[in-house]
Amino acid sequence: MSEAPLLSVENVAVELPTPRGNLRAVDRVNLTVGAGRTLGIVGESGCGKTMLSRAILQLLPKKAKLSGRVMFDGQDLLLLSPEKLRKLRGRSLAVVFQDPMTSLNPVLTIGTQLIETLQEHLELDQATATKRSVELLAAVGIPAPEQRLTQYPHQLSGGMRQRVAIAIALSCEPKLLIADEPTTALDVTIQAQILDLLAREQRRRHMAMILITHDLGVVAGRTDEVAVMYAGRVVERAPTPALFKKMRMPYTEALLAALPRIDAAPHTPLPAISGRPPDPTRPLKGCSFSPRCRYAVARCHSEKPDLAQAETPEHQYACFHPIESHVVVGV
Amino acid sequence: MATLELSLDENASALPARRGRRLGLLFWFAIGWMTLIFAVAIFANVLPLPSPTDMDMLERRASFSMEHWLGTDGLGRDELARLIYGARISLVVGLCAPIIGLTIGGALGMLAGYFRGRFESLVVGSMDVLLAFPPLILALAVTAYLGQSIFNLTCILGVLGIPAFMRVARASTLTLARREFVIAAQALGATHTRILLRELLPNVLLPLLAFFLLGVAVTIVVEGALSFLGLGVPPPISSWGSMIGEGRESLEVAPRLAFLPAIAMFLTVLSFNLVGDTLRALTDPRQGAL
Amino acid sequence: MMQQTAPQDPLLEVDNLVVEYPVGARTVHAVSGVSLQIARGETLGLVGESGCGKSTLGRAVLQLRRPTSGKVLFDGQDLTAMQGDTLRLMRRRVQLIFQDPIASLNPRRRIGDIVAEPLVISGVKDPARRKQLVDEVLSAVGLDPALVVGRLPHEFSGGQCQRICIARALVLNPEFIICDEPVSALDVSIRAQILNLLEEMKARYGLTLLFIAHDLAVVKAVSDRVAVMYLGRLCEVGPSAQLFAKPAHPYTALLIEAIPVPDPDVRPTETVPVGEPPSPIAPPSGCRFRTRCPRGDARCSAEVPELRAVAPGQLVACHHPLI
Repeated sequence: MSEAPLLSVENVAVELPTPRGNLRAVDRVNLTVGAGRTLGIVGESGCGKTMLSRAILQLLPKKAKLSGRVMFDGQDLLLLSPEKLRKLRGRSLAVVFQDPMTSLNPVLTIGTQLIETLQEHLELDQATATKRSVELLAAVGIPAPEQRLTQYPHQLSGGMRQRVAIAIALSCEPKLLIADEPTTALDVTIQAQILDLLAREQRRRHMAMILITHDLGVVAGRTDEVAVMYAGRVVERAPTPALFKKMRMPYTEALLAALPRIDAAPHTPLPAISGRPPDPTRPLKGCSFSPRCRYAVARCHSEKPDLAQAETPEHQYACFHPIESHVVVGV
Repeated sequence: MATLELSLDENASALPARRGRRLGLLFWFAIGWMTLIFAVAIFANVLPLPSPTDMDMLERRASFSMEHWLGTDGLGRDELARLIYGARISLVVGLCAPIIGLTIGGALGMLAGYFRGRFESLVVGSMDVLLAFPPLILALAVTAYLGQSIFNLTCILGVLGIPAFMRVARASTLTLARREFVIAAQALGATHTRILLRELLPNVLLPLLAFFLLGVAVTIVVEGALSFLGLGVPPPISSWGSMIGEGRESLEVAPRLAFLPAIAMFLTVLSFNLVGDTLRALTDPRQGAL
Repeated sequence: MMQQTAPQDPLLEVDNLVVEYPVGARTVHAVSGVSLQIARGETLGLVGESGCGKSTLGRAVLQLRRPTSGKVLFDGQDLTAMQGDTLRLMRRRVQLIFQDPIASLNPRRRIGDIVAEPLVISGVKDPARRKQLVDEVLSAVGLDPALVVGRLPHEFSGGQCQRICIARALVLNPEFIICDEPVSALDVSIRAQILNLLEEMKARYGLTLLFIAHDLAVVKAVSDRVAVMYLGRLCEVGPSAQLFAKPAHPYTALLIEAIPVPDPDVRPTETVPVGEPPSPIAPPSGCRFRTRCPRGDARCSAEVPELRAVAPGQLVACHHPLI
C-alpha cells in the first residue's frame, strides 16, 4: 500500500554567504519519510545534516537562501506564512537537539517549559496542563515527576535533561519528530535507554522520526531507511538492511570499515579514510569524495555523479564506480 | 595512514583578501581623522600658526579671515591654534590616563584571574572600594589638594580607570586559564611567569586593547567635562573642554567658539570608538561564524 | 597492598590514589582509592562513563591536580612528593594529550612556536636545533613542516590539530603519554587516522600509554590491558581481548551490551532501565555500582569489594562476579 509520504523533501538546497565565499551547505537533497517510519541520516560534521534539519523546520539563519520544496502533510512549508509555521512547529513537527543544556531554557523551570508548550498549542488550562506534564515526565522515565516540575535544567543530569527535551517534543503528539544527534553528548548506557525510549514512543504514537547521527551503529538497529550524506548531498539512500549488506557507495563502505569494532582483536590496524572532509566553501568539480576514494577513476574527478538506482528503486547511490554487491572489489 | 596535508596553502591565502572588504568607509574616515589630529598635535610647534596665547584685543570674536582661519575667541586668541593645542591636551590626557589603567589594572586582573584565592578577593575588594568613590568628587578633592595640572589630572583619571581594566583582564583570564592550552603548558612544566606572559597575555591583550580605545574616548570626554567646569587643565592652556566653557558666554554672538571645539571632540571620540570596535571584531582569531 | 598480576618492573605505579575536592559545602569524591600499574611499553586503557573520575585520575597522576592522598611512582620516584623544579624536570618524561585538540593550542601562537615550546622550557637554546627537532616531529605525525609552522591553530581542522598536539607531546622524546579522550571530539573518519598514528608513534618512540576514553571499541582497539572505572573506583582490570570476551563485572557487561552494533540483523535488546549513575558527591555505600546492578544485595551495600583475581591476569572488584 503506498500512501503519500508524510514528509517529502524535494530538491532542497541551502546556500549561506560567508566571508570565505558562498557555502552550499545542502545541495539538492531529495528524501521522503512515511508516517510511522524512521529515516536515519548519517554523516560527519560539515556534511549538511544539521542544515537539512533546519531547512525542514524552516529555522535557518537569516542569511541563508533556501530553494526547493518541503511537503509536510500535504502543505509546502516554504509557502506557509510565519504564523502558520509557528503553529505547526511544536505541534505536528517536533525537534530534539543534541545538547539539552542549551536547548532547554536555563532560567525557566522544567514545569514552566512543558506547560508553556501545552498551553500554547493545545490551549489547555493550567490544571490540565500540569497533570499532562506529570504524565509526560513519567512516560519518559523520569522518577518523581511532580518534584521535577519545579526544578531547573541544571539540577538534572544530561540524560534526564534529554528526557525532558523529549517530553517537551512529544507533548503535543507530533506527526514527525526530528532527533538531531540526540545521544551524542550522552554516555553509552544512557544512550541506549534514550534510543529505546524514542523507539517505544514512536511505536505507541505511530509517529514518523528522522534520526540524525554520525554513528552507523545507532542507525543499524533502529531505522527503516538510511540516507548517507557527504558534502551537502545524499550519496546513498537505502532501506537499512540493504545499506549495510549491499552498500554501493565507497564512502559508506569506508565509514563502516573505519569504525573500531568491539569484536575485533586489539591492535588491529584500522582501515582509515585518508584526507579529510571537504571544505564546503570550495566545492570540487567532480565527486566530493573522489580525493579520498580508493576506487576513484578519472571520471570521478571531473564529473559529479547523480543519484542512480540499484536493484530496487528504494536503493539509490551517487557513484560512477560503485562497489558491486557486498564483495569489496580490489581494483 | 599518515597523510600529508597539501591543501593548506589555498585555504590560507584565501583569507586576507576577504577581510579587506569588511572595513567600511566609516572606518577609513575614522582613521583619517585620527591621523590628522595626531599629526597636527605632534607637529603643532612647526606649523605656521599664531601663538594660542597671544591676545589681540582689537580682534576679539573676529570672524573667519585670512589671518585667523577660524576667527578669534573672546580674548582675541587664534581659534585654530587653540583648537590644535587643545588637541594636544586631549590626546595626551586621553592616552596617558588609560595607559595607567591598562598596565596596572590589566596586570592586577590577570594575576587575580590566574592565581584566584585570597589574592583575588583582595584585589577585587579593593577595586570595589575604589569604584565606590564618586569619581568627580575624588577628582575635585585631588585637584583642590594638589593643584591643577596636566600631570595631576592624568594621574587621577588613570587611577579611576584601573578597576574597569582589572575587570576586563580578570574576566578574560578566568575563561582562558581553564582552557586546555594553559593546562597543556602546565603539563609541559612551564613556570607561572611563562604561562602568564606567553600563553595568557597574548590572548588577554586584544580585549584589553579594544577596551583601551574605548577608554581613550571616555577619558577625552571626562577631561573635557572637568575642563568645562574649570577643574581640568589650568588656563591659559587651552583644552577643548575649557574652550567650550568659555564659548558658552558668546553663544549668541559667536556660536562657533563653543561649537568648533565640541565638533572636534565629537569627531575624535567617535573615531576612537569606531576604530576600537572594528579592531575588536577584526582581531578575533577565529573567522566569522558560519 | 593491591595484588595486581602485573608487570615486574612497572614504569608507572599508582598506589591508592584519592582525589577529593570541595564544591560549596560538600565534597566530590572523584577518585576513591585507585591502584594500578603500567609496564614499560604497555598501553593501558582506562574506560568509564562521564563522571567516573578517569580524567581526574589522569590529571592527578601528572600532579596537575594534587591528589588528596596516595602515591604515584614513576620509574620508582614518587611524583606526589615532588615540588617545583624537580617536578618540572619530571614532566619532560611524561606528557598529556587532551580531548579538544583546538582548545589545546594557544590561538595566538604559531604552530612552530607551540611545538617548540617544550624544547624552550627544557632549555634547548639553539634555535637551529629546535627547528630541526620540530620539523622532525611534525613530519613524523604526517604534516609537512614547511606548510604548517608559520600558521595559526584556527587554520587547521580538528584532526590536524590533534596531530600537532601529538607532535608537541613527542618533541621531548617522553617515555609515557597519557591520552585523555584523544579522539572523542573528532569525526569518525578521522578517528581511525589518529588511532593508527598513535600506534605508529608508540612503536617508533617506544612509548608507554595510558589511554583514557569512554568508547569501549576505541579503547579495545589500542590497549593491551583495560581497566574499567565507575564512580571513582576500579571495577575490573584485565587483558583487552579477555575482558571484552568474558567480562567479570556486571558493569563491564552492561557497557558492552549498550554499544550500538552496526549490523542491522542485531536488533538492540530492550535494555532494562537501570537509571542514572549516582552523583560523586554522595556515592552509594559499599559497592558503588549496586544501585544499578541486577545482582546487588545486602553484602554489596555493606562491604566495599576489593580487586581480586578471577582469571589469569583478570581482576575484578565484585562480590558476585560473572565468572
